[in-house]
Amino acid sequence: MTVLALTWQQAYHDGGIWVAAILTLAIFSFLYRDNPVYKLAEHIFVGVAAGYTVAYAYWQVFVPNLWYPLHGLYRGSYPGRGTEEWWWTLLLHVPAALGLLFFLRFSRRFSWLSRWAIAFLVGAYAGVNLIAYFQSDLILQTKGTFVLLDPARLAEDGWYKVLALNIPILIGVLASLTYFFFSKPHRGVLGVSARTGIFFLMAAFGASFGYTVMARISLFIGRLQFLSYDWIYPLFDLKPPLS
Amino acid sequence: MPSIAVDSLSPVTIWGYPLAKAVMGVLMATFFAFILYYTLKARKGREVYVRPIAGLAAMNEAVGRATEMGRPILYVPGIADVSDIQTIAAIVILGEVAKIAASYDTRTIVPTRDPLVYPIAEETVKNAYTDAGRPDAFRRDDVRFLSDDQFAFTAGTTGIMLREKPATNLFMGAFWAESLILAETGFLAGAIQIAGTANVSQLPFFVAACDYTLIGEELYAASAYLSKDPQLLGSLKGSDLAKVLFGVLILLGVACANLPYLNRLLDRVFGLPAYELLFRFN
Repeated sequence: MTVLALTWQQAYHDGGIWVAAILTLAIFSFLYRDNPVYKLAEHIFVGVAAGYTVAYAYWQVFVPNLWYPLHGLYRGSYPGRGTEEWWWTLLLHVPAALGLLFFLRFSRRFSWLSRWAIAFLVGAYAGVNLIAYFQSDLILQTKGTFVLLDPARLAEDGWYKVLALNIPILIGVLASLTYFFFSKPHRGVLGVSARTGIFFLMAAFGASFGYTVMARISLFIGRLQFLSYDWIYPLFDLKPPLS
Repeated sequence: MPSIAVDSLSPVTIWGYPLAKAVMGVLMATFFAFILYYTLKARKGREVYVRPIAGLAAMNEAVGRATEMGRPILYVPGIADVSDIQTIAAIVILGEVAKIAASYDTRTIVPTRDPLVYPIAEETVKNAYTDAGRPDAFRRDDVRFLSDDQFAFTAGTTGIMLREKPATNLFMGAFWAESLILAETGFLAGAIQIAGTANVSQLPFFVAACDYTLIGEELYAASAYLSKDPQLLGSLKGSDLAKVLFGVLILLGVACANLPYLNRLLDRVFGLPAYELLFRFN
């Protein structure tokens, strides 16, 4: 029985590797051109991902957060009537009702009611995010620009830090801010400042581009390692060169 | 020379109230006042100037090209959910683009990733076609929910680019790792491409692979510019004024951190030299 179980386990594992390897090659076939094999892999990917999302949302979100608590509430098993938890569970009817409003999109007459749920979501998120964005994207960044320009106060790096880091930060932030000024045409001093700003932005984009391309190459290497170490070498019983 | 150790210091208070919160409250109130002032001004019908943005000027041209070629346009409103302000800006722009497309009798294909963005996009495109006097031209199947998974959505969208051959691709909103895949595939398919995002890490890819790119706040400016909505215009002008305010604050902050006499003044008021005060502002 144990031997059989192990065989099944092995077959399951090997089958998974074969499916993953073939689908990886199918996706790579796009490097030649769009073709039926790539299309098949693409459709499988989109379909499986959509199905997975529905199953995940049902079992991980709907059932534990709404179904079980409300089920317990109506059966009287959980939580105790009148307790604080009971009141909070009772409140779950509000998101349940808002969720049901989305289904009214199928009705021509009442589809407008689904907008209420959307409006609630957008409004609530906007309110919640407002303070966080203001704090992190504005206040902290402004504070980060309060740089020291006196080398005597910069204990270790001195002039190097002032010239190479702090002055470019100050000029870069102010110049980039003027690029995003929409109320006046970019002419004269404003134009010069905006052009300086776009220079800083492009330098930052170039650095970011190079960094991300390196990360993508590491993803590609990961797939090649999977194909060779998990598929090709065990298949032909070869010894991996770097093992 | 005193050393600056941020973590070991307690927050600075003013009359017993945390200084950081007080300053943030004042700044937010000022920011809202700017926006309110300009919104009211725009509502009264006063002319509000917004400088031309290259990517926007090309929008009409891009839709016109699709019409001439008899092909659809593809509009991707980012992959974030409705709570992201970029998605909201993208939906506003979608309304205006769909209106132009409807007036040219051109299809607008909108793939969506978020289940909540899908009905909003559908409603927006439908209204745009109705506003343009072409409700019959609206095709419900052109606004699609593809997948909630980031790369499955990307695969589906690139599939649309390759098979339905849109002449114009517009990527507006929040994008992450899929940005280069989308822009590169669109480039290979020969489409004219305009992108706009405030996700700084993805901007380089759009700049490299698209014909025009709306950088950062230009995305929000675009929604105001195209819609001419007083509320959005007011918000844009208000944030412009806030930029001036923050520019001045930055200069003041740097001056406080660096000028000895300002240091002494702040030392006398708060009992701390300026640079310590600024670094303890957390």
